[in-house]
Amino acid sequence: MSEQQPLLAVENLQVTFDIMPRNAWPWTRPQPLKAVNKVSFTLNEGETLGIVGESGCGKSTLARAIMGMVPSQAGKVVWLGEDLRGLNLKQLRKRRQRLQMVFQDPLASLSPRMTVGDIIAEPLRTHYPDIKGVELREKVDVIMERVGLHSHQKNRYPHEFSGGQCQRVGIARALILEPKLIICDEPVSALDVSVQAQVINLLKSLQRDMGLSLIFIAHDLSVVKHISDRVMVLYLGNVVESADRADLYAKPLHPYTQALMAAVPIPDPDRERAKPSVALDGDLPSPLNPPNGCVFRTRCPLAAEYCGKEVPVLEDKTGAGHRVACHYVDREEVQN
Amino acid sequence: MFFSDKHAGMGELADTLAEEAYTEGRSLWRDARRRFMQHRAAVASLVVLALLLLFAAFGQYLSPWDNESIDWASLPNLDEDGVPSLASQHYFGLDPIGRDLYQRTVQGSRISLMVGVLGALTAVVIGTLYGAISGYVGGRTDAIMMRTLEVLSAFPFMFLVIVLMAVFGRNVLLIFIAIGAVSWLNMARIVRGQTLSLKRKEFIEAAMATGVHPFLIVLRHVVPNVLGVVIVYATLLVPEMILFESFISFLGLGVSEPYTSWGALISEGADAMWTAPWTLIFPMLMLVLTLFCFNFLGDGLRDALDPKDR
Repeated sequence: MSEQQPLLAVENLQVTFDIMPRNAWPWTRPQPLKAVNKVSFTLNEGETLGIVGESGCGKSTLARAIMGMVPSQAGKVVWLGEDLRGLNLKQLRKRRQRLQMVFQDPLASLSPRMTVGDIIAEPLRTHYPDIKGVELREKVDVIMERVGLHSHQKNRYPHEFSGGQCQRVGIARALILEPKLIICDEPVSALDVSVQAQVINLLKSLQRDMGLSLIFIAHDLSVVKHISDRVMVLYLGNVVESADRADLYAKPLHPYTQALMAAVPIPDPDRERAKPSVALDGDLPSPLNPPNGCVFRTRCPLAAEYCGKEVPVLEDKTGAGHRVACHYVDREEVQN
Repeated sequence: MFFSDKHAGMGELADTLAEEAYTEGRSLWRDARRRFMQHRAAVASLVVLALLLLFAAFGQYLSPWDNESIDWASLPNLDEDGVPSLASQHYFGLDPIGRDLYQRTVQGSRISLMVGVLGALTAVVIGTLYGAISGYVGGRTDAIMMRTLEVLSAFPFMFLVIVLMAVFGRNVLLIFIAIGAVSWLNMARIVRGQTLSLKRKEFIEAAMATGVHPFLIVLRHVVPNVLGVVIVYATLLVPEMILFESFISFLGLGVSEPYTSWGALISEGADAMWTAPWTLIFPMLMLVLTLFCFNFLGDGLRDALDPKDR
């Protein structure tokens, strides 16, 4: 294995759902819904990729498609040099030891009839049935203490914990197999702000200690800013911009990213009022019937006739890995 | 002095807090049990059912008679000697051909309760697994399993019972088979519906992401979470099964002599109700009592396990 090999390389991943129209006949041809459209990225070891976008833009579907929990129609998910899409379920289950997931709703992601200790131990029991009794309990204790829970709480049930604690249980469950990559699907969206910070700091310290890679999905740019090395902005299943964190936050190029940035509230009323408003009009268009040409054109302040004719290509406009899909971002202008 | 006292107090407080922290978690089942215990009718029903069970199991030792021999001494004058009395030790009286009704009721209770409980148990085991697998796997498997179920439930089961009896003769085992075959159909449907809604919950996804085998997901995550509904439905199914058996026996297709069941006893008693009303009253009381108790029990369990209360 060369050192240049990325941990995870996703190439042109495409996920399509077949949607039956309402009141359709059984023989009606289902409508294809492109939830994730030709998404590509690479992730190196120890790196964090933030994925942002509004509800329904395909963030969670992308995460599930990488895990192989949602069937993808085209593209590649190369994990340590091996395409996960070609594997059968049994092989895939084995790979999932190193590829774990943390979910959005902390309470709903824990089985209500199991004790927290059993929940955390389940991945170990699944992949290492030989580990039993004291050894198993010790491992659970260690991991619980590591994520900031008390090990004597392991006989309790999820509904007896707060949201933040439940999320810690979820993280402990993902960690116990010592994975290389954890996909966090909006892990802090359901928590209040102070707890969000705790959970994010926990994830960061875990990443530092265990050399984890993270894919961090959120709809909140300020959250992503804290944890990501690189950020990818999704709109309607398409990547519209992808860049290093510093680059993206200093100089967002795509009008959608600019609008998202402008929507982040500043905790200072004077500055908040003074900032220019770039509010977007309208809702996300239906992914069943996406706009032709540039997907963002229906809400874009810059949209012109040309945008409806040709799909903008996601390309590196600065020469420094800042990729944007917009006709209006001029390569020469940006580079200068 | 003051400070050291205070510190000692703090130390104690810390100790008690630490002790409390070690207490076991309260599971949803324990919460449900507490709620169930507050439901008086259900708890009373549970006690009565336990007594009924004891009656069925050990009631025969309380009387010197048995369920098949005829009391020849009382036979010539049944209308007077056959009435229930403690003196003759025919507590429930004699049946129309001079057998001890108490012993027959004890023996009939055994069959009826067994039919009820076994029927419900078959429903729980087969119905839950069938429904959970069908709902969890989904797609074509689900469609095939559900259509099979519909074909089965469209089959006239009285007809099946009659054919079975005609071909194999009257046999208790056949009743169990017939009842087992019907009982799980609705249960499977209920469990499938519950599973469909559970399947999209994140904890199931989490188990999938972990790499748990699908069958284990069904057993470990789906089944415990549908069990509340299953238990409630099963308790309501027990009286249904008892009634079903009674109906078959009432028609004369059920258990064969000398064995009997509540349905058979009621059938015999109904013929003699003008001359010997006790032959109808006692088995009927047992049946009614059981049915009421199971229904109250089901009510209490439903209140205790209702997911909306969680």
